[in-house]
Amino acid sequence: QQQQIKNRLSHLPVVVGSHGHATSHSSGGGSTLLGYIGIDTIIEQMRKKTMKTGFDFNIMVVGHSGLGKSTLVNTLFKSQVSRRSAGWARDEKIPKTVEIKSVSHVIEEGGVKMKLTVVDTPGFGDQINNDNCWEPISKYINEQYEKFLKEEVNITRKKRIPDTRVHCCIYFISPTGHSLRQLDTEFMKRLSHSVNIIPVIAKADTMTIEERQEFKQRVRKELEMSGIEFYPQKEFDEDMEDKSDNDKIREAMPFAVVGSDKEYQVNGKRVLGRKTAWGIVEVENPNHCEFAQLRDFLIRSHLQDLKEVTHNIHYETYRAKRLNENGGLHPISSNDTQESNL
Amino acid sequence: MLIHVSVHRSPPPPPPATLYYEHWVNLRARSQSLHLPLFTTSIKHERNHGNVPLTQLLRHKGAALTQQAEGRPLSSCYRFTRSLLLTSFLCLIVFQEKEYVGFATLPNQVHRKSVKKGFDFTLMVAGESGLGKSTLVNSLFLTDLHKDRKLLNAEERISQTVEITKHTVDIEEKGVKLKLTIVDTPGFGDAVNNTECWRPVTDYINLQFEQYFRDESGLNRKNIQDNRVHCCLYFIPPFGHGLRPVDIEFMKALQDKVNVVPLIAKADCLTPTEIKKLKERLREEIDKYGIKIYQFPDCDSDEDEEFKQQDKELKESTPFAVIGSNTVVEARGQRVRGRLYPWGIVEVENPSHCDFVKLRTMLIRTHMHDLKDITSDGHYENYRAQCIQTMTSKMNADKRVESPIPILPLSTPDVETEKLIKMKDEELRRMQQMLQKMQQQMHEQDL
Repeated sequence: QQQQIKNRLSHLPVVVGSHGHATSHSSGGGSTLLGYIGIDTIIEQMRKKTMKTGFDFNIMVVGHSGLGKSTLVNTLFKSQVSRRSAGWARDEKIPKTVEIKSVSHVIEEGGVKMKLTVVDTPGFGDQINNDNCWEPISKYINEQYEKFLKEEVNITRKKRIPDTRVHCCIYFISPTGHSLRQLDTEFMKRLSHSVNIIPVIAKADTMTIEERQEFKQRVRKELEMSGIEFYPQKEFDEDMEDKSDNDKIREAMPFAVVGSDKEYQVNGKRVLGRKTAWGIVEVENPNHCEFAQLRDFLIRSHLQDLKEVTHNIHYETYRAKRLNENGGLHPISSNDTQESNL
Repeated sequence: MLIHVSVHRSPPPPPPATLYYEHWVNLRARSQSLHLPLFTTSIKHERNHGNVPLTQLLRHKGAALTQQAEGRPLSSCYRFTRSLLLTSFLCLIVFQEKEYVGFATLPNQVHRKSVKKGFDFTLMVAGESGLGKSTLVNSLFLTDLHKDRKLLNAEERISQTVEITKHTVDIEEKGVKLKLTIVDTPGFGDAVNNTECWRPVTDYINLQFEQYFRDESGLNRKNIQDNRVHCCLYFIPPFGHGLRPVDIEFMKALQDKVNVVPLIAKADCLTPTEIKKLKERLREEIDKYGIKIYQFPDCDSDEDEEFKQQDKELKESTPFAVIGSNTVVEARGQRVRGRLYPWGIVEVENPSHCDFVKLRTMLIRTHMHDLKDITSDGHYENYRAQCIQTMTSKMNADKRVESPIPILPLSTPDVETEKLIKMKDEELRRMQQMLQKMQQQMHEQDL
């Protein structure tokens, strides 16, 4: 968290003494300070402020039904946040078209509050004819951008615009062991430019370690060949440090994960896992699956970055496109009476 | 496996056959009057109508047994030997040496003949790619049918339609030859739009039926090759929560043409409770949608308890949850087929790990012949009846003379011959037109 706040601050100009000219990097070579000013306490102030206001995070899960999407989200955030726990029955029928269902929860840890919204997409890829099943999803994402855009161009803006934009889309790849399916590439190709996509190999306990490695390599090659840029995108690496970190992560993606919300005793510890007749699959054991890596990557190091990339890049692309078409801003939806002027 | 039938002379010699029944009846009457239990042998005696001698009765029974046994040379071997033993037991008890006829060796003769001829079995595997179909087939028959298989990546598969590929393997075990044909359906369910992706499969099955029908109705019926599909293993992915629309449609399209056996693939990613739940769910949905999958025949009431128990277990654990493996791992000091995970070893042949053993028993050891029977007596007969019906209705529509043997439509010729036929048709039409014109001219001239 500290690191993330520091990164945000690196964009602020630093005023150094009376000789100073504003430099944007503290390592950019200004003059030395003559005494302790206390600028670095700004980090503490920001921290207090953000703790009070809390964070928003919107995550979308996409994949065939039964791949463990809801379980994984529950495991990630160690609480019952998916739509299944919100009262929907586990064995409901497969919907005829892709639906979008979102559930919001406020979770708190160490004084930091986070409003987590999980957007689920039941019915994706489950029909016989799955042509254009990505369209409802694409529409939903664009609608959220549109909502935010409208709030932004309003004359009297709210102090803090509610952010419902999808910050991260986790795409679940079926562990066939062969390669990506056609639906996977189609979906990711179309959506990698409007949202951060993180591909994940679901139910990884189907494959042995060697099969996993082979499958991962094949999937990565296919993603490269199709020109799909998944998060963290290479083009948005800001400096060498970022690049090396992200390169390491990109090498290990897509993560092969197993989700579970049940606990078992292993070696005297209680761990989350799945109990089978031949052993217990430990979810957080790095030798068993890569869930721990995914969690660290998603929550502990790149959460803020996900939000920033969404805001600074994907949203800006959408905004530029909208402002360019028809030379102005018109409301998309017909039932929206608010007309905004540029 | 040869069974020797011999008759021993046991002291004291039993009473002559014709008198035995009266003797037995007297014994029974006496025991009843004395209220003592009479321990009879396990010979079931049919209702004896009056004075038919027992020898004749037994002769009929023996013939009935051999008739039963004739159609089942390979798979129900032990049931077979049991009936054989029964016959021989009868011979032992009742017949004296001079009454021994010897037809009890009939099943033996049938067995020898069919072993010489060999058996054939066609198995189709269907399901999405990546569900372990080829691995399972290799594990079932302990062969390696797909050594040089090239896996296509997503781009190459965009334009792929469902293909049908066939592999034939000749296996021999203890002198019994089996010609095994595996029909694979790569590309099934892989595209984005899978409408009617089962069409190539049903077409293939119909083609085999048609070919057999043609051969059967032909003149030379000595060597009919039976390529009809005897069983279709349908792989259901374990990731879902039941049947998906594509599963339902596929099974409904094929239920009347082939014996469909649904399987839960890659069962090692499910915990035992999940497997149970999924099986229940699948059974419910199969009932709900009225899908006719292959039902195990009820075993006869004269089978022993062990077999009945086995049969009951088998029926209760459908659909089978299977795992396949091409690799051999060390587990508990033995080398077994299995999969090695960091958290344990899955053994394919361990009944507590998966239902592979049950599937193998069902498919090969007990019901192989039943599957063939149902295919030829049920599905093929349906097809044949349908075919003949459509042909007769077509002929009635054309108002042609009905022939006793149905005239089969010509087999679809290849492109060249089709072109030739078209050309010839055109010529014929032209000539007919010319003839008509000439006739008219002549008619006018006459007038």
